[in-house]
Amino acid sequence: MLFTSYNFIAFLSAVIILYWLIPRKARWVLLLVADMVFYYFSKTTALPVNLIYLVSTIVSTYIFTNLITRNANKEKAYLKANKESLDKETKKKYKEQQKAVRRRLLIGSIVVNIGMLAVVKYTNFTISNINSIMGVLGSAHRLTFVDIAVPMGISYYIFQTVGYSIDCYRGKTEAQKNIFKLALFASFFPQLVQGPISRYDDLAPALFESKEFDFKYISYGLQRILWGFFKKLVIADRLLTAVTTIIKDTETYNGLFVVLGMLFYAIELYCDFTGGIDITIGAAEALGIPLKENFIRPYFSKTLKEFWNRWHITMGTWFTDYIFYPLSVSKFMLNLNRSSRKHLGDKIGKRVPVYTATIIVWFATGIWHGASWNFIVWGLGNCLVLLISQELEPFYRFFHSKTKVNGTRIWDAVRIIRTMLIVSSLRLFDCYRDVPLTFKMFGSIFTDKAVINKETLMGLGLEPTDYIVVLIGVIIVFVVSLIGRSGSVRDKISTIPYWGKFAIWFGLFLIVLIFGQYGIGYAASQFIYNQF
Amino acid sequence: MDDIKETILNLLTDLHPDIDFEQETNLIDSKILDSFDIVSLIADINDELDVAISADKIIPENFNSLDSLAKLVKELSDED
Repeated sequence: MLFTSYNFIAFLSAVIILYWLIPRKARWVLLLVADMVFYYFSKTTALPVNLIYLVSTIVSTYIFTNLITRNANKEKAYLKANKESLDKETKKKYKEQQKAVRRRLLIGSIVVNIGMLAVVKYTNFTISNINSIMGVLGSAHRLTFVDIAVPMGISYYIFQTVGYSIDCYRGKTEAQKNIFKLALFASFFPQLVQGPISRYDDLAPALFESKEFDFKYISYGLQRILWGFFKKLVIADRLLTAVTTIIKDTETYNGLFVVLGMLFYAIELYCDFTGGIDITIGAAEALGIPLKENFIRPYFSKTLKEFWNRWHITMGTWFTDYIFYPLSVSKFMLNLNRSSRKHLGDKIGKRVPVYTATIIVWFATGIWHGASWNFIVWGLGNCLVLLISQELEPFYRFFHSKTKVNGTRIWDAVRIIRTMLIVSSLRLFDCYRDVPLTFKMFGSIFTDKAVINKETLMGLGLEPTDYIVVLIGVIIVFVVSLIGRSGSVRDKISTIPYWGKFAIWFGLFLIVLIFGQYGIGYAASQFIYNQF
Repeated sequence: MDDIKETILNLLTDLHPDIDFEQETNLIDSKILDSFDIVSLIADINDELDVAISADKIIPENFNSLDSLAKLVKELSDED
């Protein structure tokens, strides 16, 4: 059930109406039923297979987290009961023993869930690599690929539940005792297919304790959904044709067309992904459930580091909190820090563990996006730029102290464009999905002289009106982003007179209706991030 | 100023010489310290003070100011 389908609109409308009509205590049950209905109608693989993974995640997470919390409570009770009789050393030893028990339980939970994700997503990639190695070694034997369909939303619900398990282990939250409530947290339908990746502490209270009805929830929610539809249907899906044409025909569309493809893809991906997240957040908002923002005007970033703090934020913070930090401050890394400082000196040695952890995290980020080398190279490419920027920090500081450009609008614009070029260049790995081809096409920017004119532009599958609609659409998005820098745009609109508000929202509705990419015989395209 | 606090102040100043860490109380929320800085700092603290800060202690409340960080390190040091 695609977010932009009529079925979803009908389904969401029914859920919202029922949600606010039934007693507050029963609302979370309705949401769980809605999740199952959504999951059933959105199935990408046979339903029993889809459900087996989701149920396995819920059941295993439920068992392991409850055992973790039970152990932590047992520890507290024991220490309290024996407060006077135990000496400091005995207490410390007991705590360490119990923590080791909880760590084993956490590892069990992670192995089951990440193991499941790994088998589903990476089995064929592993087989493909083994076959390549066997080919290089001269062996004629080849392993057969297995037929595994990736269940819908598996990356998102597993990341969410693994994060929750780690939070239970860290004592940040207590395990949920009601398995159906845990099931709701894992499978909340608006965010099931493309995030944002929520934390239990943020989402659970709003899911289980419904709020008093307020018309603002519905109006704000619908406004946000409409904005998402605008970005997805009017801009992203319109550009999809041109982007696909440029990527598929590499013989014709090289040179400057690669740059044009980078620009179109940057707009398409932004409008597709943020549009989808707008619909997600809007749908939850209409139910009085706030979700974390996943984007904060990412294309206004002045550095790649800043870009990653503003793009797919919940994924970035997930990787930082649950992989980068534990890895960087692990005993192994601290020992590595000591030994590398000893052998390489303080200056270089102290970088070894941090950079090692960074490389691992970006490798993981790359492979999370897709089980293929192009995504791994994309991840490591981002990592390389980030590490080089880190090393150049003193140079930037020196440069800024000697010149007066820092903070000026023109210099900010240069930095924003530079960041955009880096992000878009790296995204070519995502576009062409083939590492050597990506390098070849990137090189063609400087060597091939493809001509962009009216005729060749028309060959990309767009009419002149399409270009005009995209241009106006991008200007609207840009202006809204500028206004959004000083606070919520919807709050601002809500303060203007009634006729003005009506004109804005009804106007947007008409734009989506008239210029959206759909109609009889047209199948709205899948959201790009659904595949991850 | 006690030894722990002074050591941490020196480590912080090494990372960002331009920041007045005795006055700043929003190091994380103002994005003065990023994830790179935090893990470098934890490795330095481990090296200089022999105190291990685990990942679950990496929360803004513990890293937002010199005082809060010194307090955390002192508590962890006392636990040992």
